[in-house]
This record gives sequence, C-alpha cells and structure tokens, in this order.
Amino acid sequence: MRHIISVLVENEPGALSRIVGLFSQRNYNIMSLNVAPTDDETLSRITITTFGSDRVIEQITKHLNRLIDVVKVVDLAEAGYIERELLLVKVKAVGVQRDEIKLITDIFRGQIIDVTPSIFTIQLVGTGSKLDAFLEAIDSLLVMEVVRSGVSGIARGERHLSI
Amino acid sequence: MELLSGGDMLLRALQEEGVEHIFGYPGGSALHIYDAIFRQDKIQHILVRHEQAATHAADGYTRSSGKPGVVLVTSGPGATNAITGIATAYTDSIPMVVLSGQVPAERVGEDAFQETDMIGVSRPIVKHSFIVRRADEIPAIIKKAFHIATTGRPGPVVIDIPKNTTAPTEQFPYSYPEKVNLRAYNPSVKGNAKQIKKAVELLLQAKRPVIYAGGGVILGEASDELVEMATLLNYPVANTLMGLGSHPATDKQNLGMLGMHGTVEANTAMHHSDLIFAVGVRFDDRVTNTVSKFCPNATIVHVDIDPATISKIVEAHVPVVGDVKDVLTEMLVQIKASSVKPDETALADWWRQLNEWRERYGLQVTPRYRTGGDKLMPQEVVQMLYKVTEGDAYVSSDVGQHQMFAAQYYLFDKPRRWLNSGGLGTMGYGFPAAMGAQFAHRDANVVCVTGEGSIQMCIQELSTCMQYNLPVKIICLNNSALGMVKQWQDMHYEGRYSEILYEDSLPDFVKLVEAYGHVGIKVTKREELEEKMRECFSLKDRLVFMDVDVDPSEHVYPMQIAPGAMRDMWVSRTERT
Repeated sequence: MRHIISVLVENEPGALSRIVGLFSQRNYNIMSLNVAPTDDETLSRITITTFGSDRVIEQITKHLNRLIDVVKVVDLAEAGYIERELLLVKVKAVGVQRDEIKLITDIFRGQIIDVTPSIFTIQLVGTGSKLDAFLEAIDSLLVMEVVRSGVSGIARGERHLSI
Repeated sequence: MELLSGGDMLLRALQEEGVEHIFGYPGGSALHIYDAIFRQDKIQHILVRHEQAATHAADGYTRSSGKPGVVLVTSGPGATNAITGIATAYTDSIPMVVLSGQVPAERVGEDAFQETDMIGVSRPIVKHSFIVRRADEIPAIIKKAFHIATTGRPGPVVIDIPKNTTAPTEQFPYSYPEKVNLRAYNPSVKGNAKQIKKAVELLLQAKRPVIYAGGGVILGEASDELVEMATLLNYPVANTLMGLGSHPATDKQNLGMLGMHGTVEANTAMHHSDLIFAVGVRFDDRVTNTVSKFCPNATIVHVDIDPATISKIVEAHVPVVGDVKDVLTEMLVQIKASSVKPDETALADWWRQLNEWRERYGLQVTPRYRTGGDKLMPQEVVQMLYKVTEGDAYVSSDVGQHQMFAAQYYLFDKPRRWLNSGGLGTMGYGFPAAMGAQFAHRDANVVCVTGEGSIQMCIQELSTCMQYNLPVKIICLNNSALGMVKQWQDMHYEGRYSEILYEDSLPDFVKLVEAYGHVGIKVTKREELEEKMRECFSLKDRLVFMDVDVDPSEHVYPMQIAPGAMRDMWVSRTERT
C-alpha cells in the first residue's frame, strides 16, 4: 500500500543522505521525495512517498526514528490527510491543438503560465493521481518535458507535525 | 577562559571523557592531532601496524571492559582501512569513537591527496557521524559522540576532522559542556509498565519456557539480573553466540549456545517451547534457521532497547522496548510480588525432557568428536585451553571452525570474556581484539583462538605486541585449509575444494613469531598438548604463538539443516535429529 511519510529533520549537512541511504540500504522504495525548509530554520521537512506492507512501513518508520538527525516521523496515511503535488509540463501547441490543450487544462483547473507561438507551459496542482490523469489526457506526442515536485502532505484537522 | 588549539581541545575533551588509550596510526591530515598527543601525557597512544587492527583493538578493549574504545586514523586510506573494524563494531553494537583526519576544509571536494569522503563511506555502518566545521565545535562534538556511542543501542560514531580545524596556530576559549543537547535522541530506558506486566504474566504461566539471552544482556550489564531471574524461576537459558557468558555456561540451567552450531538441547528446547523470553537478541538468521518454521508453539516476549529490532524478523507477541537491566529489574520485583508461581509440575516435566536431550546430545557429556585417533582434534585443544586457563581467560576468536569450537567448548561463566565478531563475521578480528583486551586487563590471560587462515589477516600486529609488551597467547588450530569453507564444500559442493588450500605455502609460524621476537611452540601430538599448553601459559610476560596441527577433516557439529526448523540438525556426518 502507498504511504506518505513526513519527517522533520535537523537542518544539518548529511541528514538527507542518511535518510536516502537508509532507504537504499534496506531495500525500501522511494516513489517521490520532497525536501524543503520549514518555518523553524533549524528544521527541514522531508516527505517521502513509498509503498510496502504494514510490516515494511513499520520498519521504515522505526529505522527513520533511529537516525539521530530525525526529530519526528509520521505516516500521514494513518488518518485523514491532504496531499498535493505540483506539475509543470511543456507541450507543443500549434493550430487546433492550442484550443484543445487549453480546454483540457481548464477542465483540470490548471494554468498556462508561459506561451510562445508553438509552446504552452502548463502548471497543475493536485494529488499524484490527478496529475497522472492529466498527463494521460493530453497527447503524449506533444509533451516535451515533465517536471513533478514530488508529493507534499499534511494531516487533516487537529493532527499536526511539529516539535 | 583557557585558550587552546583545536588539536589540544580534542585531546583535552578525550581526557574529560576518561579516555586512557587511543589506538591509531598517523598520517598527513592527522599531524596536528599527533602533535597534540605528543604534548600531553594522560592518554596513551598505541601505534598499531594497520588501521583495521586499530579498530579491532579498540573493539576488543571495549567488549572486555565496557569502556568505549577510541581510534585515530588519517584521511584517505587510513580512514578506509578502518572501515572493516567499524562495520564489525556496528553489527555487534559495540560503542566506539573513531576520529579520522580529513584534508583541510578548503581542499575538500577537490580530489586532494589522501582525500576520501569518510562520512559517506562510513554512513551505513555508523550509529552517527560528525564533521568538524570549526575548531570551537570540537568539545561539544566529542561530548555528543561519546553520549551517542554509549547510550541506547550502542554503536560506533565517526568524527571527521579537517586538518585546518586542529591547527596549532589558532586558539579558542575551551570549555567542556556538562550536558548533551540532542533533542531528537532520547532512547527509551524504562519499559512500558503495561507491557512489563503482561510479560511477567506470560512468563509465570509458561509450561515449557526458554530464556533466549543475547549480546544485549552483556552490553546492558544485566547478567546479574538475568541470572537472578533464571534462578528464581528455575527456567532454562540458551545463549546466542554474542550472549555467551551472560549466564554461566557451567550452570545446570544453561543449555549452551543455540543456533546454527548450537547444542541440540538448546535448539530443540526452543522448538518445543511454549514461551520464549527473548532478551537482548535480534533473531539473527544464524539462530532462527527457516523463519516460517521457527518455534511454532511459542508465545514470544521480546525485550530490547532498539524498537527497530522488535518484530523485524519474528513477530513479538509482547514487545518491551527498554534497557535490559531496567526491564529485568522491574520484572524481578513483579515476579517476587506475584501470587502466581511457576507451574512446578509442568516445569519438572520440562526439565526431565531437557535433561534427556542433554544426556543424549550434550557436548559436555561425552566427547562428540572422534577420540583416540592419530590426529589431535580441534575440540580437545579448546578443552585443554579451558582446563589450563581454569576457564578464566579472556578469549577472542577469528571466524570459522575454530570460532565455533571455541564457542562450544570454552565454557564462559562471566560476561565480557568472549570476544568475537558475531554479526559481521570478520576474519582478522581476533588477534587485534586480544591486544585491546590485554590493554584493558594487563595481568589477565588473554587468548586468541584462531586458525592459520584468519591469523594471517592481521598478523602484522605481532610487531605491536612486541612494542607494548603484550603477552597475548595465540592458539592457532592449524588444519591447513580454510576449514569452514571446506566443510560447506564437503556438504554442499560434493567435496570440490575451490580455493581453500595453500599448497605448501604456509609460513613456519614458529620461526615467523621468533622473527618478531616472540615465542613459538609447535604441537603435533596429543601426548605433548597439555605440557606445551602449560608451558605457554607459564610464560606470563611473553607473547606465545602455539601452532597446533589438528585433524584437517573435522567438521563442526551439531549443525542446523537448512531449510528447516531450529531443531533440525546434523549431529555428526551421518546422524541427524
């Protein structure tokens, strides 16, 4: 099953490599990885999407917790949560295709954020599966480049990750 | 406030941690540190002959004394040579602090001379690591390193020290922190009260209990509590390879070692048990045999300080995360206070059964190896060693058949007496580990049981032993082949001996050790074994190398049959359980 694991880590050199190393060393999967600073400058937040049995996920969280730099770990999938990912996609857009792509982008509530006479660059935010659906909806022959940010997530309601 | 250079701060901080010995080897990036060593006299530096030996020596010092060992190496090859010893310590959870020199910070990343990314190379085999960015960070980093290495589940910590941070020309105010500030590191010590209560209830209800005790009991200094509990309950104890000595091997409640080359009685008891009380163990694959067939009727209570060890291989029905000593102490209080007492009738039946197995298969009951033949058997050499040292030596081993014979036939009654690379299985560990142990126990008998294969992996340390007058005794069970590999080639490859023979290229070990200034003794016959062994140990202040020719065809038995359950074992070449 797919899980989204959020990790607060000390903003120390090498902390990220310890986490990524742990996944490769113990044969765990990383589907996406997102790292950024938080409002607390001593901490970074890492969001990892992974999949595995409950037992594997339990081991992942235990081993993450064992790292000295890791301050907190939460498996967002344990309760309600919201996930978002940013997609930037550059497509060839000439002639009738321009209207068609604009229409699909509108349907998915994306925005065209850069335009040339032959190219659109589209921005779309949503869950991973929404972004997948969008990429399937447009003609793959037109796609020049795809950039995805990796999943970010946050728990619903009161539940929150902080120290 | 006193002004000190980074190098001097490092030495001062180590002194504050009570460090008495550093095992190391100098080089360019560590020169400032070596100068600081020269200018102080509180810490003794031991110059080894290879960095791998420095780490094993520090490890042997630690295992035999409980005090964290310290290693100092230079950058590049000095650091990478230390890797095997760091991995050895990591796998067996041995606390150790490894200081590695690094090229100056402004050179890092430029592929400078003797530059290697030590933090990166060591990352998967350390509990934690630090890079010194500024000299004034050194005291706090040392404080943190020792705290991390020695608390929770112990392990090695690497500190990478760029040369510029130890320069004698730059001085900073020195003060040693009293407290460690690590918000993300709080290993649990006390077990959860509810879980402990449940564990005690289950323990007291058991009809066929086994206490499965491992290295965690020794690391956690909990042998007294373990012995008290086993005695109070009259429950049998089986030890892992790493746990030998945590419960006295000569105690009648001790079933011996379990696992691949464990005793039949220990493995069979585990298999038929209805309650396994697992203390400071990790259900290693060399213990469990096939996991799906592991102890089919047992409820498993697992006490360990590392939550990641619990239910990693075998699901624990009642996990207790905590320091083994604290948890056992609390359990003892509750057992004594409980109105429920162990089921004596069931226990009497269980002991009858256990004693029957022991009588039939026990290694100490009658010799389980060929006796009276022309050739000396490796087992009888270990038994003679036990007799001559009166069971009171510190014994290290390398890896292979000799290691298993030592584990089976030297009966360890005390913790911290048996030093071996249980998890990583590092050949070359034994001799330098014995050196380290001899530094911790200058007047004790320290013995390295080894083979002619393993000993050659760190044999250069004969020179170190001469320099520091270390009277280590080396007992080389010489079977002229890489015995354990040979055994597997006999059993699984129809005797195709691939690359295990030396074709008459072995050195004359007696002459070799004499060249280093030590004493060599050759033994080829049974009649001379005892006399020569006694002569060896009568030379109190000399290193003695006993090169003992043993039967080259001998296999280690018992041996678990894979795939299979714990109880499925070869008892000899032809007989199985």
